[in-house]
Amino acid sequence: MIKVQLREDYSNLIFYLSPLVAVALTLFFGSFIFLILDLSPIESFKIFFISPISNSYGISELFVKATPLAIIALGLSYCFKNNIYNIGAEGQLTMGAIFGGGIGLLFNDSTSVFLLPLMILFGAIGGAFWATIPAILKTKFNTNEILTSLMLTYVALFILDYFVVGPWKDPAGYGLPKSMPFPDAGRLPVLFDGLRVHIGVYFAIIICFITYIVYNKTLFGFKLKVSGLSSKASKYAGFKYKNLIFYTFIISGACAGLAGLFEVSGPIGLLYRDISPNYGFTAIIVAFLGRLNPIGIILSSLLIALTYLGAEDAQLFLKIPSAVGFVFQGLVLFFLLGTDFLNKYRVFIK
Amino acid sequence: MSIELIIGILNIVLISTTPLVFAGIGELVTEKSGVLNLGLEGLMLVGAVTGFITLVLTGNYFYSLFLSIISGIILSGIFAFLVLNLMTNQIATGLALTIFGIGLSAMLGKKFAGTPIDGLNPYYFIVISFLLVFLVGYFLSKTKSGLIVRAVGENHNSAYALGYNVIKTRYLTIIFGGVMSSLAGYYISICYAPMWQEGMTAGRGWIALALVVFATWKPWRLLVGAYIFGGVAIMQMNLQAFGVELPGQFFNMMPYIATLIVLVFISSNKVRLKLSAPSCLNIPYEKNS
Repeated sequence: MIKVQLREDYSNLIFYLSPLVAVALTLFFGSFIFLILDLSPIESFKIFFISPISNSYGISELFVKATPLAIIALGLSYCFKNNIYNIGAEGQLTMGAIFGGGIGLLFNDSTSVFLLPLMILFGAIGGAFWATIPAILKTKFNTNEILTSLMLTYVALFILDYFVVGPWKDPAGYGLPKSMPFPDAGRLPVLFDGLRVHIGVYFAIIICFITYIVYNKTLFGFKLKVSGLSSKASKYAGFKYKNLIFYTFIISGACAGLAGLFEVSGPIGLLYRDISPNYGFTAIIVAFLGRLNPIGIILSSLLIALTYLGAEDAQLFLKIPSAVGFVFQGLVLFFLLGTDFLNKYRVFIK
Repeated sequence: MSIELIIGILNIVLISTTPLVFAGIGELVTEKSGVLNLGLEGLMLVGAVTGFITLVLTGNYFYSLFLSIISGIILSGIFAFLVLNLMTNQIATGLALTIFGIGLSAMLGKKFAGTPIDGLNPYYFIVISFLLVFLVGYFLSKTKSGLIVRAVGENHNSAYALGYNVIKTRYLTIIFGGVMSSLAGYYISICYAPMWQEGMTAGRGWIALALVVFATWKPWRLLVGAYIFGGVAIMQMNLQAFGVELPGQFFNMMPYIATLIVLVFISSNKVRLKLSAPSCLNIPYEKNS
């Protein structure tokens, strides 16, 4: 009979190894999916995971996709560490794009070097603003932040929709639901000519570095850790738990807003309906897969970005819908959560 | 506005709201037992596509309904195993289920997109949805099993101490919720549309989730809420007929804003919160502790 027992010794090795196990299991089950679809698994994996990054364009695209995921997931890690479930990053991203992008449209004939910094600032403010709503509702009215942040995501998406089919619609856009393009001064500089990878990468690295310092060297990071383990202990120690909720929401909202602004002012260049292929939700997977560790998040953002790219290639060359990427993302999260069990419990057969 | 137009609109509301009732009443029972399943959208899509594919291949409505239900049992069974046996985070697991379901349904249905089928009469399902709400209301408030479900959702430790099997109860409620979601999906692809298209549930899973909160976990209010939400959505499409100048997006976001307001209203008062929301919602149950 199979027996489980609570582990008394907490193993760091298993904790950091389990994402790799999860990825291995995903690949194993993924090969079955390819077999069912009458495709050779080895050939398909090549197209899915290797060919997308076998040239400089592909590697640039990998960073284009990984940047928003990493920035959002780094922000979310503050909330998750504090045991606050902000799952509305998609909405905060959208608000960041509306605020920052709105500045770009307001000054659409500007050539000033200050336009882009202003857009970035407003992007972060927009995301932070949208995240303070669940924070206020949670601290003042005791509402469940999971439900409120989720509901607000859809409200934000409809607000964006309103702007791009209404007041911000490009008059020269043949009636399509999109804004006019941002001026050149409002576009995010690319790192290499001809490639789409942009300076958002630097922001991701800087945020990762700051987050690492905050978690390991500051009192704030310590407070997060304590209140994440037990909000009662945090109160007993005299930490202002409500303030912590506020700070973590604002940080994660600002990060999501930043990512949203980078998307519209970087690769996209204007505002329209589908600015994000679910980055806000996928970043939740990235944060968990990276074990809420800043460096882990960077690595997992690259891996999940690869599932986006691979899915695009699979659609092109294997004629399977790009949604196959979602199957892999879902599987990897299932397996990761499942293997976490081994982290907490010892399983043996008696 | 003519009588015909009003009747026509009411008819559309009736037909378009039914998936919300199915998915909502299933999630209500799941949440009553203390489990939050965010996987509704994924469950609905997989239920829709399995039913559709089976119907195209076999031409048999019974088989297609049966397999659609089986898909809901399997997927929600996986969710239940993860959150109940492996004690995973319910939010993350539910999101994984939704993401997985969106992908899986798109992959399975690729070859069948746009295939024409003979749709089923939606009125059977509409009648069943009303019956279901009645039965669930009766079950939760008048039967012993319903009381056990509520006890498990209010305080799983006490329920366990009284000798009730928390895990088994939650398995059953999660699977009931899963089956209802796949029925909602089946209804959309077989009766409402009738066709298959990638992502065709169009966020109804999230609205159903909002609906359960909006209804403060009460079956009858859920039915009323579903028709309010459904009515608002249809009104948005017929704004000109009503002579309203407001932008359509305003109507689309109403269900979410209304739910937020209800949530604030019930949460701001501790007694009110206790009377409405299941106390153990989203709190993992560890038998060992």
